[in-house]
Amino acid sequence: MKALEIHNLRKTYHHGPEALCGIDLAVDEGDFFALLGPNGAGKSTAIGIISSLVNKSDGQVRVFGHDLDREPSAVKSCIGLVPQEFNFNQFEPVVEILVNQAGYYGIARREAYQRAEASLKQLDLWGKRNAQARELSGGMKRRLMIARALVHRPRLLILDEPTAGVDIEIRRSMWDFLRETNAAGTTIILTTHYLEEAESLCRNIAIINHGRIAERARMNELLRRLHTETFVLDVRDELAALNDIPGFAISRIDGTTLEVSVTRERGLNALFVALAERDIEVLSLRNKQNRLEQLFMDMVRTGVELGDHAG
Amino acid sequence: MRDMTLYWVAFRTIVTKEILRFSRIWVQTVLPPAITMALYFIIFGKLIGAQIGDMEGFRYVDFIVPGLILMSVISNSYANVVSSFYSSKFQRNIEELLIAPLPNFIILAGYVAGGVARGVVVGIVVTAVSLFFTELNVHSYLVTLAVFVLTSILFATAGFINAVYANSFDDISIVPTFVLTPLTYLGGVFYSISMLPEFWQRASLVNPVLYMVNAFRYGLLGVSDIAMWQAFIIIFGFILALGSFAMWLLARGVGIKS
Repeated sequence: MKALEIHNLRKTYHHGPEALCGIDLAVDEGDFFALLGPNGAGKSTAIGIISSLVNKSDGQVRVFGHDLDREPSAVKSCIGLVPQEFNFNQFEPVVEILVNQAGYYGIARREAYQRAEASLKQLDLWGKRNAQARELSGGMKRRLMIARALVHRPRLLILDEPTAGVDIEIRRSMWDFLRETNAAGTTIILTTHYLEEAESLCRNIAIINHGRIAERARMNELLRRLHTETFVLDVRDELAALNDIPGFAISRIDGTTLEVSVTRERGLNALFVALAERDIEVLSLRNKQNRLEQLFMDMVRTGVELGDHAG
Repeated sequence: MRDMTLYWVAFRTIVTKEILRFSRIWVQTVLPPAITMALYFIIFGKLIGAQIGDMEGFRYVDFIVPGLILMSVISNSYANVVSSFYSSKFQRNIEELLIAPLPNFIILAGYVAGGVARGVVVGIVVTAVSLFFTELNVHSYLVTLAVFVLTSILFATAGFINAVYANSFDDISIVPTFVLTPLTYLGGVFYSISMLPEFWQRASLVNPVLYMVNAFRYGLLGVSDIAMWQAFIIIFGFILALGSFAMWLLARGVGIKS
């Protein structure tokens, strides 16, 4: 079953540009789906329409088979939203924010408290349950937004930049939590500017640009399209100079650090053989840039032919 | 049936949230009207009122009590909804309601009920304060209660509309300052319109607050410048008109959706 089906979705803001130019998109139930795009591409508008915060100009949205125009309540019941900006009452106690949100979905107060307790404990916020939301740190506020979005147990969770501004440790723990949530059956749609986040979490991806779907593919298929990857190598012995290695674009960053661009045809084995022949011992290797980020930048820079790969 | 349960729980949630909100800040919401009205009773009722003498057969302080109670109900019902709903827009937590499976009438009813709750609480407090200055003999409990609650509903709804259109905190004080206060002061709180020249008597009849103040005065004292049927038609008419307009604004997403 499709968790989300969008057909010919259009949005033109009053006295503004056409933010969405008729996009088509489908997300399978159980998927962890990335919706990426540069700022102003139309991601937040699309999410706003799906979650009933923005009025669409035209098109159709169906969530788990429910049509947004004909069954808005059924659609809304299926969705949990974590918006980009903090949008809770900063003066309300943390637990009240969750209990109230549950109440808006018809969950009685006693059960709402039980669910709030479970969510807050799971997201390590239980100790702050009686604090006003404004007293929380940025990372805690992000987790509170996720807890609030899940309190009515939605089948589709939409995350708009859920880890913006949080430190790497909290981000990793949030990734683990989101993986568990997805594994438990919740379909997740994620927009993020941290492309390693999308690469790490998502199985399918759509890239939106200038209000159109520029790309729609499985994550691994998309990454395979990356023709050249750039690696940074740390070597044991200081290199005074470096001769060319045929077939590789190689440059010396400093005495013990090299940067090498490797095409998919050549592969890494050939590089290591060439380095070993020159008595260069490699201690460690890492991608210079996240692979998805590299691909994304290439696509945005070259202005991908729209619809070429859209599914 | 499931929908009705959902709506009821959601409605109760909004109302509870609103009551907790104004209760948490009672020093800003409940105390000031009590102090202001106590000053009115002292200055207009006791000090100046003693020089005025009787009005419509009542001591002046007794005559102004209904108007002053209703004045606090009007301003607090209005203020509660306009400030709460606008704050929700400002902090964007109105989105919590917009994404939830709630029909618009539940959102409107929840906020209006919150406004009525504050109006009732403040009305009761002001009534209690008035007992230090006057004896309260209720002429008609039914009329008193009906006008009390209906007026509160009317101005809570008006506050909601104001909040929908407000784009800044300045916008939520413009209507109370430039519309509500003059209408209330000229609505027969401090005088009977029978004291006015013919022209101003007729002019006063276009002021809807006049009907509410007089109906409430009838409920408490048994005297009014306006026939009760006229007063209730005006009150119900305004509730219907403002309620319909508020529902239309919500359906269009004016001020809350792009």
